[in-house]
Amino acid sequence: MIEEAVISRVLGTAMQTGGDFAEVFAEDKRSSSAMLDDGKVEELTSGRDRGAGIRVVVGDTTGFAHTADLSEAGLTAAAQAAAAAARSGGGGTNTVALTRTEHARGYDIEIFPEDVAKATKVELLTRADDIARSAGSAITQVSANYGDSRRRILVANTDGVLTGDDTVRTVFSVSCVATGDTGMQTGRESIGHTVGFELFDRYDVSELALRAAERAITKLGARPAPSGQLPVVIGAGGGGVMFHEACGHGLEADLVGKGASVFRGKVGQQVASPLVTLVDDGTMAREWGCFAIDDEGHPAQRNVLIQDGVLTDYMWDNLRARKEGRASSGNGRRQSYQHLPMVRMTNTYLLDGESDPADIIASTKEAVYIKHLGGGQVNTATGDFVFGMTEAYLIEDGEITEPLREGNLIGNGPEVLRNIDAVGNDFAMGPPGTCGKDGQGVPVGDGVPTLRVTGLTIGGTAA
Amino acid sequence: MLDELLAIGDRGVGLAQAGEQVEAVVVSARDTEIRVYDHEIESLSSAESQGVGIRLIKDGKQGFAYAGTLDADVLVEALGEARDNAAFGTFDEYQGLAEPDGVEIPELDLYRHELASFSTEAKIELALELERAVLASDPRISGIEQAEYFDTDFSGAIVSTTGVRNAGRETVCYLSTYAMAEQAGETQTGFGFSVGREPGVLDVATTAADAGRRATRLLGATKPASERLTVVLDPWVTAQFLGILGFTLNGEAMLKGRSFFADRLGDEVASPVLTLVDDPTDTRAFSATDTDGEGLATRRNELIVDGVLQMFVHNAYTARRAGTVSTGSAVRGGFTSTPGVGTQAVSLRPGTRSQSELIGGIADGILVADVAGLHSGVNPISGDFSTGAEGLRIRNGEVAEPVREFTIASTLQKMLRDVAAVGNDTEWLPMSSAGVTLVIDDVTVSGA
Repeated sequence: MIEEAVISRVLGTAMQTGGDFAEVFAEDKRSSSAMLDDGKVEELTSGRDRGAGIRVVVGDTTGFAHTADLSEAGLTAAAQAAAAAARSGGGGTNTVALTRTEHARGYDIEIFPEDVAKATKVELLTRADDIARSAGSAITQVSANYGDSRRRILVANTDGVLTGDDTVRTVFSVSCVATGDTGMQTGRESIGHTVGFELFDRYDVSELALRAAERAITKLGARPAPSGQLPVVIGAGGGGVMFHEACGHGLEADLVGKGASVFRGKVGQQVASPLVTLVDDGTMAREWGCFAIDDEGHPAQRNVLIQDGVLTDYMWDNLRARKEGRASSGNGRRQSYQHLPMVRMTNTYLLDGESDPADIIASTKEAVYIKHLGGGQVNTATGDFVFGMTEAYLIEDGEITEPLREGNLIGNGPEVLRNIDAVGNDFAMGPPGTCGKDGQGVPVGDGVPTLRVTGLTIGGTAA
Repeated sequence: MLDELLAIGDRGVGLAQAGEQVEAVVVSARDTEIRVYDHEIESLSSAESQGVGIRLIKDGKQGFAYAGTLDADVLVEALGEARDNAAFGTFDEYQGLAEPDGVEIPELDLYRHELASFSTEAKIELALELERAVLASDPRISGIEQAEYFDTDFSGAIVSTTGVRNAGRETVCYLSTYAMAEQAGETQTGFGFSVGREPGVLDVATTAADAGRRATRLLGATKPASERLTVVLDPWVTAQFLGILGFTLNGEAMLKGRSFFADRLGDEVASPVLTLVDDPTDTRAFSATDTDGEGLATRRNELIVDGVLQMFVHNAYTARRAGTVSTGSAVRGGFTSTPGVGTQAVSLRPGTRSQSELIGGIADGILVADVAGLHSGVNPISGDFSTGAEGLRIRNGEVAEPVREFTIASTLQKMLRDVAAVGNDTEWLPMSSAGVTLVIDDVTVSGA
């Protein structure tokens, strides 16, 4: 993307008036998407984003500038702007020796999306539409979306790091509306992996469309969700959003460092039920949140955050790790070259327990069973978090019974982690997610086996 | 700058071949973002960004491409991609660009040259002053999660083969902060912000005081009991509620069977105290704009009047398909997407009473200060509404103890009918809807 000698000179410019650290992050991203709605392929979109972000760190201050101009002149101007923003004053270094390192992804992309005919992508959409509509006359509307991206990055910094990554992601989703006497209900399904078009060798969009349609139809007969505290059983692969919100964000070192986390100062302490072992793993091959290197050039890592209920470590990026004199955990990520990196999750998941999932349900008298979770949100300083349920049922006397309408659940992270009293042995990853923090979105994955929480507040309307 | 953007748009449109409609959106922005922490600059970002989006329609089929640069060769490449993409669309007789409709583009004063002459040092000082003011606002304030100054100087142009050709420039800046308050090992948070078109109007003192008050008033909060109550939505919460409501009044949702209001024009769908207006020509709105996402003049649209549904908002496509005219309501998320349709600056007609007067008339209720998880617990298609909340209990007409970790739930359809009163405290917030105190009866509170 950029010549090594140019990068070296640009880093020298960034540090010419002093500084502790400088970095060039260059990105070239091509994306394509296709959208079908209302029975019509509405449009195909092609996108190109290319540029570089340069940061200079002086003490606790970071200066940052970005440019879409990858020529040496453009990069130099950005480096000067970043240096000026950091307001460095002292004498500078001006030569930076770079060592190029390759970090393997661990698997190959089989079919690059740019090698696939647009007509083939469009055919997936029309097939999904046909199948969803064939699920029943109650299906009154269908939309389907296809998306792929290829993102090449280059990271170089004054620690001598020079490395890069080439990441391909492919995603597909179907949303259905079902209409009945009770009004309209919706069902959505999505798949997404850090792979090429081979995604569709592994997954059948017809099955996906059928599941989305059936979810919408099922919900037409749903009753309002309960209001108040009840035990909750979350199904395998329904989504690890609960852990992402209950403790994931609270274990990000930038928030911990500002005292904005209920998990501050808790390393080595029992913060969860002994049944809980939670991992954040950027190396998990082909998953939505995986990569070879993070957006600071650090290789992806598998990090155990909570082991048997004991908090083992937070997640770190370069900046926060430097401050503590330790290594990054490979969690420095950014939405694009126009953004500063910060501590972000990758694929966050709960390890298998020993219970038979059928036994967990059979031993539960009255509860809500959540098969499919929606998004969530947390206030890390208080630990209060919410997450949505998009497919849920009642459990009555050990059996899954009636479907419930949508709603949020609310709980407090540390309390909920302690109140997990059963973990199944049927781990599965959930659908692809986009995690938002400080206005930046990054792809993340999550997964859980079947598990039970002794009590959560269900935000329905039924007494 | 605007001439330059228009020239690029002209070049893009000039590449149209016979039988093609082409629209080019060209934008350029310069942003400054300053974050401070512990009395130091934490980060200072200065950024220039540009981009172009090309929409091409041929034989009733649409294609789109964008690029994050204004390079001439990339423009040609994007047009070629859009042309290629259009071949794969499905024929749609209503497909087509907007055509100038004779509505005069309003003269809105959205640009302040003062921003350019406000020094970076002065911006840094504003952010540092904000942090100091937050920390000094109450002895229980333990720190800040964030204190930030942001500004943008944005220019955009839109040119099309159908005769649209206009450009505009605007400035926006804001201060925002999240404060943390601590007492007996418990932490609560509160936000404050101030928005304007030039830094000189930003109000550090009020921003800091709001954040401090919002954080400290929640200290000692407990989980309320589960019961049905009257809720009073703080203006900040009402604005978010109106944002969701906007979806149901969108012509696309109506035409595609995703709005529960689809066949309700002329019906009483809400309490008679409710009048909802979408007016992007009101310059008090943060999202005010003289033209919509297709370059047509924006206009004032009365959506619900005295509880009766009057209209849906339309862009050129949805209007053509619905057999009506565009309401100047094309919206687009920057240069990277085709225009959709939506409300742009909605507000409720204010009532006559203040928030405290309204609370004075409530024997038993909750003042909802903030909500969480609107994206995960509200479904604007079914109308199911459930959101996390925190706030203050109302007892015998007075604000009482703080409450947290509960949800409020109902359906959008029912909430509109259950609106008991609208306050007189319209607040223009950094979003596409204005806030005002809103009283809604019979909402389910789920807590302990």
